Amino acid sequence: MGIYYALIVTAVAILVTMSLAMIRAMAGPTVFDRVLALNMFGTKTVLLICVVCFTIQRTDFLDLALLYSLMNFIGMVALLRFSQFGGFADFEDASQSKSTSTSGGR
Amino acid sequence: MMEFIVIPILALLFATAITVAVIRNLWAAVMFTGIYSFLGASWMLILDAPDVAFTEAAVGAGVSTILMLATLSLVPRSSRKRGSISNSDFETKDPPRRRVISSLLVVIGTGAMLIYGTLDMPLFGSADAAIQTYPAPSFIEKSQTEMGEHGLPNVVTAVLASYRGYDTLGETAVIFTAGIAVLLILRKNKASDEIGAGQSEVTS
Repeated sequence: MGIYYALIVTAVAILVTMSLAMIRAMAGPTVFDRVLALNMFGTKTVLLICVVCFTIQRTDFLDLALLYSLMNFIGMVALLRFSQFGGFADFEDASQSKSTSTSGGR
Repeated sequence: MMEFIVIPILALLFATAITVAVIRNLWAAVMFTGIYSFLGASWMLILDAPDVAFTEAAVGAGVSTILMLATLSLVPRSSRKRGSISNSDFETKDPPRRRVISSLLVVIGTGAMLIYGTLDMPLFGSADAAIQTYPAPSFIEKSQTEMGEHGLPNVVTAVLASYRGYDTLGETAVIFTAGIAVLLILRKNKASDEIGAGQSEVTS
């Protein structure tokens, strides 16, 4: 029974960390504050899933934590690529098509 | 004890939803929708629905975030510059105040009506609910004969094979139609691009 309370306390601590990250993501003056805060939020979500799995004794849900970390990684790569290049299209093509036509195609 | 986990998750969901609605920076709003999907999926996991949580995490947090970012890169915005992006690139203006108040009233009215509609519903899991009194006994009764005729091992398999198979057939037809539509749209754009390229440069 002791380990149950330990897991609950861990989950609450993770949730407090998530709230702090969320506040930083809301307030964040620059883009990179937000990126860091949201990346940390995703990591803490993975940890929370693991703790909840052990709390409710369903360790087969741990696969979901794997999927979450994959999604977090893909999302962060997409966000950073977007914030560096301003889009996902190839930029040589994009600049050429923008000079010829502004119809929004790639 | 799970309340200590469930209530903060719901509070964070609430805060995220308010932030998405209030924040004027579209780029940050896209990120917050991803967070919302993650939190919603965590909550579904706690509600013992890992399959829905899988779907929500993969589609809501993964694919739709990227799709919304791609949309954001295509729509015109005030200062469109490459390289580093500052926060002010995606700022939108506040809507007029009167419109905000009237929309808020409409949303509150709709929500109140929906909540009023739930008041007549039976309690969660109660034995008097319509689903427990009418369909479930008939499923159990009728699947007895099907299990006997077709040699199916249990009730769940009998229901899946006899009734849910039609659901899946319909879903497959819908997805197939959507796929054909997407293919047709993409192919049309490609053809017009090739025509344009052929006009500009003769050699291919």
